[in-house]
Amino acid sequence: MTGLRASRIGGPGPIEVGGTGAGYDVARVREDFPILRRQVRGRPLVYLDNAATTQKPQAVIDALGGYYSGINSNVHRGVHQLSELATEAFEAARETVRAYFNASAVEEIIFTRNATEGINLVAATFGRANVGEGDEVLISAMEHHSNIVPWQMLCEASGARLRVAPIDDRGELILEEFERLLGPRTTLVAVSHMSNALGTVNPVEEIVAIASRRGVPVLLDGSQAAYHMPVDVQALGCDFYVATGHKLYGPTGIGVLYGRRARLEAMPPYMGGGDMIASVTFEKSTWNVLPYKFEAGTPNIAGAVGLAAALDYVTAVGLDVIGAHEQDLLAYGTSALEQMEGVRLIGTARRKASVLSFVMEGIHPHDIGTIVDREGVAIRTGHHCAQPVMDRFGVPATARASLAMYNTREEIDTLVRALERVRDVFK
Amino acid sequence: MSDLSDLYQEVILDHNKRPRNFRTIESPSHHAEGYNPLCGDRLNLYVQVDGDRITDVAFEGSGCAISKASASLMTDELKGRTVTEARELFTRFHQVVTTPPDQPVEELGKLSVLAGVREFPVRVKCASLAWHTLKAALDREDSTTTE
Repeated sequence: MTGLRASRIGGPGPIEVGGTGAGYDVARVREDFPILRRQVRGRPLVYLDNAATTQKPQAVIDALGGYYSGINSNVHRGVHQLSELATEAFEAARETVRAYFNASAVEEIIFTRNATEGINLVAATFGRANVGEGDEVLISAMEHHSNIVPWQMLCEASGARLRVAPIDDRGELILEEFERLLGPRTTLVAVSHMSNALGTVNPVEEIVAIASRRGVPVLLDGSQAAYHMPVDVQALGCDFYVATGHKLYGPTGIGVLYGRRARLEAMPPYMGGGDMIASVTFEKSTWNVLPYKFEAGTPNIAGAVGLAAALDYVTAVGLDVIGAHEQDLLAYGTSALEQMEGVRLIGTARRKASVLSFVMEGIHPHDIGTIVDREGVAIRTGHHCAQPVMDRFGVPATARASLAMYNTREEIDTLVRALERVRDVFK
Repeated sequence: MSDLSDLYQEVILDHNKRPRNFRTIESPSHHAEGYNPLCGDRLNLYVQVDGDRITDVAFEGSGCAISKASASLMTDELKGRTVTEARELFTRFHQVVTTPPDQPVEELGKLSVLAGVREFPVRVKCASLAWHTLKAALDREDSTTTE
């Protein structure tokens, strides 16, 4: 097997998928991720910190190297051939992203550094133009800090009010409360598609439907959802959708903001600089067309090319089969952890994906993390940039094992054995 | 694995399970709150200084085994010492836990059990949280952080 490789750099070219057959061949997929061959502390790496960032397939690593060794140049400027090739690869990447999220036009795809920048962009532009004193921004109680703090800053600057829709003991959004809090002054709803700390998959279709009935635009934070399930922004009907490349098996430093064209057209620019202008005089500058209006300065060209390679890879494997495989692992891991004495899962939503957040009685998550690391198992411990979620469940922190396409049941078994070791240390 | 048992020594596990001086002191002469935003460890330290001597010291809070044991061991060590001695001990302890693991460190009695954190760089802050909080209390700052 030669692996799943994009046939040319940055392009959405044909991809050879081998070995997966009717079932899902996880061993085959693992071969494409070189880091999974390494050892940690003398043991095979068991990487279960995917909600923080995922590992990269060889196709992405090759795309980055190929870009720099083959066509590196600045985009949208030069008349020379390399600049043309770089521009072509960059814009082809945008098309790949558009197709991945099923946006209706490439003009609706803005490259950012990450999801955080996407949210800040909307807060600084849509927010500045539309959110005023007495208005309200509605978020949920399960948000990552990146979908809380930009709105707090906006509210502080504008005199608007941040409203927070509560969640229940399973970690599910209480939809009736959400609907009740969506008032006449609500100017924007911003909620995560999937919670990083709990794994909850929000009923975003209903959220958008409720908000749309009142004419309130919705931003969905897809940082977690976008690599576990197919996302169709047109079907969702949201106004904004943000995602980050490094969780989508792509490079760090590249993210995506989808914005409905009419919204983006009406918004003022974000940062000023090169590329985002149509003309500049000292008296007045005019703005470039979409999407460039929101992309000041030289973008992360290699990052975009790498992200496209990642999306090609994910698409070739198939989000449906990836999702099914991860659901199997989630069920397996949930049952394994539930059977461990003294282990309590935090986040037991009925609709959930890929996240096993838990605490162990009498043992701090940080100690769990250190001990399982000695067994080669990488998990995340702490508040997961979601302190309000920790407060909601009355814990200072949790341990979190999070799954991706290349994880296996055997790795869950290794985690469980490592957790038994934790218990031995603290018995 | 020897380095793991270096970190989680019996003394540390014991102080984690049964922390000493784990209580409040009503209107102490010195108090500070320590916080490690990385792991959410939080502790309140109460110090009673009479003259120049520490007559009572206690703590409360939540944290990992290392931070809890370190706070517990620290409170045991401090009682009866002068403020100057306590400050000196802060410096010496800090020196011990921040010296690279391949270099020799000063023997600090019971506190030496925490020298094992040197093998675990991200955990040094856990061991030093109580001590930074002590310094803040003695300096009369209300809160401190090890981030």
